[in-house]
Amino acid sequence: MAHQYLSLTDADRDGMLEAIGVSSVEDLFRDVPEALRFQGELDLEPALSEPELVAHLSELAARNVHAGQELSFLGAGIYDHYVPAVVDAILSRGEFLTAYTPYQPEMSQGTLQAIFEYQTAICELTGMDVSNASGYDGPGVAADACYVAKHVTGRGKVVLCETVNPQVRQVVKTYAPGFGVEVVEVAHRNGVTDAHELQAAAQDAACVIFAQPNFFGCLEAAPDLAAAANDAGALPVAYVDPVSLGVLEAPGAYGCAIAIGEGQGAGNYQAYGGPHYGFIAARRDFIRRMPGRIVGETTDMAGERGYVLTLQTREQHIRREKATHNITTNQTLLALGGLIHLSWLGPQGLRDVGETCLALAEYAKERLDLPLVFPEHATFKEFAVHAGRPADDVIRAAREQGVHPGYALRRDYQGMEDALLVCVTEKRTPADIDRLAEVLAA
Amino acid sequence: MKLIYEKSKAGRRASTLPHYDLPKAEVPEELRRKRAPRLPELSEPEVVRHFSALATRTFGIDTGFYPLGSCTMKHNPRVNERLVNLPGFRDLHPLQDEDGAQGALELMWRLQEILAEVVGLDAVSLQPAAGSQGELTGLMLMRAYFADRGESDRRANVFVADTAHGTNPASVTMAGFKLQKVGTDERGNLDLEFLRANVNDETAGLMLTNPSTLGLFDESIEEVARIFHDAGALLYYDGANLNAVCGISRPGDMGFDIVHYNLHKTFSQPHGGGGPGAGPIAVRGILEPFLPVPVVAGNGERYRFDYDRPKTIGKVRGFYGPFGVFVRSYAFIRSYGPGLREMSEAAVLNANYLLARLKGTYDLPFERLCMHEFVLSARNLKREHGVSALDVAKRLMDYGYHPPTIYFPLIVPEALMIEPTETEPKEALDGFIQAMHAIAREAAEDPKLLKDAPHNRPVRRLDEVKAAKRAIVRYQFDEHPDMRGEPAEGEAVEAQKGA
Amino acid sequence: MAADESYPEDLKYHQEHDWARVEGDTATVGVTWYAQDALGEIVHYEPPEQGSSVAKDESYGEVESVKAVSDLVAPLSGEVVEVNQALVDAPETINEDPYGEGWLIKIRLSDSSEADGLMDVSAYRKLLEET
Repeated sequence: MAHQYLSLTDADRDGMLEAIGVSSVEDLFRDVPEALRFQGELDLEPALSEPELVAHLSELAARNVHAGQELSFLGAGIYDHYVPAVVDAILSRGEFLTAYTPYQPEMSQGTLQAIFEYQTAICELTGMDVSNASGYDGPGVAADACYVAKHVTGRGKVVLCETVNPQVRQVVKTYAPGFGVEVVEVAHRNGVTDAHELQAAAQDAACVIFAQPNFFGCLEAAPDLAAAANDAGALPVAYVDPVSLGVLEAPGAYGCAIAIGEGQGAGNYQAYGGPHYGFIAARRDFIRRMPGRIVGETTDMAGERGYVLTLQTREQHIRREKATHNITTNQTLLALGGLIHLSWLGPQGLRDVGETCLALAEYAKERLDLPLVFPEHATFKEFAVHAGRPADDVIRAAREQGVHPGYALRRDYQGMEDALLVCVTEKRTPADIDRLAEVLAA
Repeated sequence: MKLIYEKSKAGRRASTLPHYDLPKAEVPEELRRKRAPRLPELSEPEVVRHFSALATRTFGIDTGFYPLGSCTMKHNPRVNERLVNLPGFRDLHPLQDEDGAQGALELMWRLQEILAEVVGLDAVSLQPAAGSQGELTGLMLMRAYFADRGESDRRANVFVADTAHGTNPASVTMAGFKLQKVGTDERGNLDLEFLRANVNDETAGLMLTNPSTLGLFDESIEEVARIFHDAGALLYYDGANLNAVCGISRPGDMGFDIVHYNLHKTFSQPHGGGGPGAGPIAVRGILEPFLPVPVVAGNGERYRFDYDRPKTIGKVRGFYGPFGVFVRSYAFIRSYGPGLREMSEAAVLNANYLLARLKGTYDLPFERLCMHEFVLSARNLKREHGVSALDVAKRLMDYGYHPPTIYFPLIVPEALMIEPTETEPKEALDGFIQAMHAIAREAAEDPKLLKDAPHNRPVRRLDEVKAAKRAIVRYQFDEHPDMRGEPAEGEAVEAQKGA
Repeated sequence: MAADESYPEDLKYHQEHDWARVEGDTATVGVTWYAQDALGEIVHYEPPEQGSSVAKDESYGEVESVKAVSDLVAPLSGEVVEVNQALVDAPETINEDPYGEGWLIKIRLSDSSEADGLMDVSAYRKLLEET
């Protein structure tokens, strides 16, 4: 029997070989040098039938402790926001799921229009003019922003605030040498970035990346940071949480050149870190330096409205070694999840989620009754507390009672041994927070 | 069709959210949002209907035959979608403690082992998000390797074939190397004389797709590898065309030192309208110390992340890579087991059958058997009837097929790059053959029929010149221009692509 | 509307399909009918900065169609004294009038003898026939 995903019968195969004029499938590989032909069978485990596959992978999945089994306050970049049922339903449509990049617009108007609508949503959230069709993830678009800024300004240095997600900073540092840029970090002062220090560091820099809210959950004086970068002639780049942008000001409204972020919280499950989407949006001035696919509006031969991939001369398939980026495959399906989620929320729903997160976080600060690490600053949905003993011990003890209390900041920041980063999304209830308080008090 | 923003009406919403009786917490005034983002306001039935309508205006593999060359548009098994949605995978936080993620870690470890075996190399990193990020990672590994040997200042050049996808030269620049282009000989193989004369101790490496984008296996690959290795340089395998050789010939045995896989091509991650993909890389042992962190380590019983890698290039993506893609690809490969070779055999058989039946009607620039794909040229139709590859592609839509890749690779004029994949039945191939023959007849009898195609899609040919000049890339609400009824600014042009 | 094929007698030609109209120590520079035809409808012109210097045989800017990017190659060396800014908004002028309104830059020549090395129209037509 043929494999279940293959469709040729023995009779088909014989007829096809005859049409080709060879006597066996083996003959089709005559251009492969003899010495390079793999002998024998690949050393892989035996094939599994569909029921066996489900059983095997279910067993693997069962050895993971997921958000439905443990009361979790983990955030730190990936968030347990509610994903509405319409997202699942629409993303499982075979047309969206199994199409590829819309190279042929007449075959792909649905994908193209959806991307155009996504680009619009991202521009509205961030207050920008131009968005691409998606980047790989938050860290990836941060590196992309540095590459854009380097070419726009001709400068060879980028500045990262230490309050930006450590994963983002690590990824930027990996790519920087190839881009020909040096990375400078600005230390945090009591949980936030000092605008004067930032301005000093930003001299001769291509861009400055700060986060709003930052990795500690604190709200930065973002307009001051953007102004500091602008004064130094560096492009201000805001790394933002899309879910916060119903309550927090849009980066475009306070002078940012580029806005970037991890999209996961809007429309994607946690999925052990991916696949998700990164978003990158910019002022109109930088449209020709943007990485990756962009969809534009036009008309067809009959004068009807339609959508196409546009400004493709930026891209690798045309400009090759001079391209604005090497990206080809992006994260369209995940970005579509984002668009559907944002359409489900609407402006009021987005604001409600933000306000719920704010209110729950304030309730949690009060209920936990632990000293805040950075008590001077307002926060969004995450905040750091002193647990009073090593955070790893606290996590271990709490997990034994079915509660994951948060992220140990000592993993990224020296001297923060007892600091726990606690995250509350709209899915956590006051009763959940009471339970966390009870477990941490024990 | 209206944009979702044009359907919006104040006062509607699809979302319901819990309400807790808590005091309202305010953002400080100076940081507060002043003007709400203009997201659409719709009820849930309207949201569902809008996106369903967009879905019907989209052609996927589920809709029909999709022979888009170099993209490996094979069937996407539905069991994989069920598996990736198991809560233990879908709702798992990436910072969950290792003891609460043993199943996920084991899956990644097993996938690493499988991928290494398939290409015949020693170690795998699953981290890169897509093929192009895999390329960049591979080039950074080259840099780190030469830096470790004190040769990085000297080894500045990376060779790329003129048939290569655009990502290869773009990656070379982004990684800080200098591009050296190498041509193709009359059989479609790399120009060996050029390599012998130009590969030297300033060479960092070669990036190559094998089989090439022409669908041809490089017959001199052993000699190519010798030339680079003798000069102390490394070979990078662009895995875009790995679907041709699983269980047939292994890149590691061909002499490649670094390989990237496109899990969305070879191992059936659905393409999602443009992504997600995944671009894991495999390396020879000499490069293992430089792999991105963390590496998934295991002993068959217990699994963990290893961050203690002093020579690592760092992180190339957040967390550990696109995990959901790993679930699907792992399940896909486990469905074949050691018989994975059957997959590549069927892919190559399907391609050669199409080639055999089409080559009399369309020009064949390289008269050889192909691997999993092949490139025809419509230059005969252009010369005789003024009909281009673009016209053929657009007319195929009327017959219900997604067109092949066109105008790529760049070295073939009027190129039609066709990849049927292994999952198509003979009936689908025969239908496509009949359509291609019919279109060639129409080109002679009624070329206008082709030039005006497609005739039955939701839109006619689109004005790409107007799109580029106006660059309207978002809805502008009250200020949104209405381009309908405006005169066309340009004719439809040849659409190139890069896979 | 794209122009009809023509190659004016009074111009000097460069093998990369650029033309120069030399008047004293300045030259007006553009691309030939052949170049704009090969590229198709031009949608973007990336000009050099006024006051920058250009070197013979080297790129000084770019023009783009929807499907291709083409480097603009300087037929002569010197300083850019004027850029045709009208093309930034209406790049299609290069297709419509490649030798008139579609001129690209004006150069103050640093070495007027360089012009002797360019082709006249008959030599350029010969080059096109061989292409």
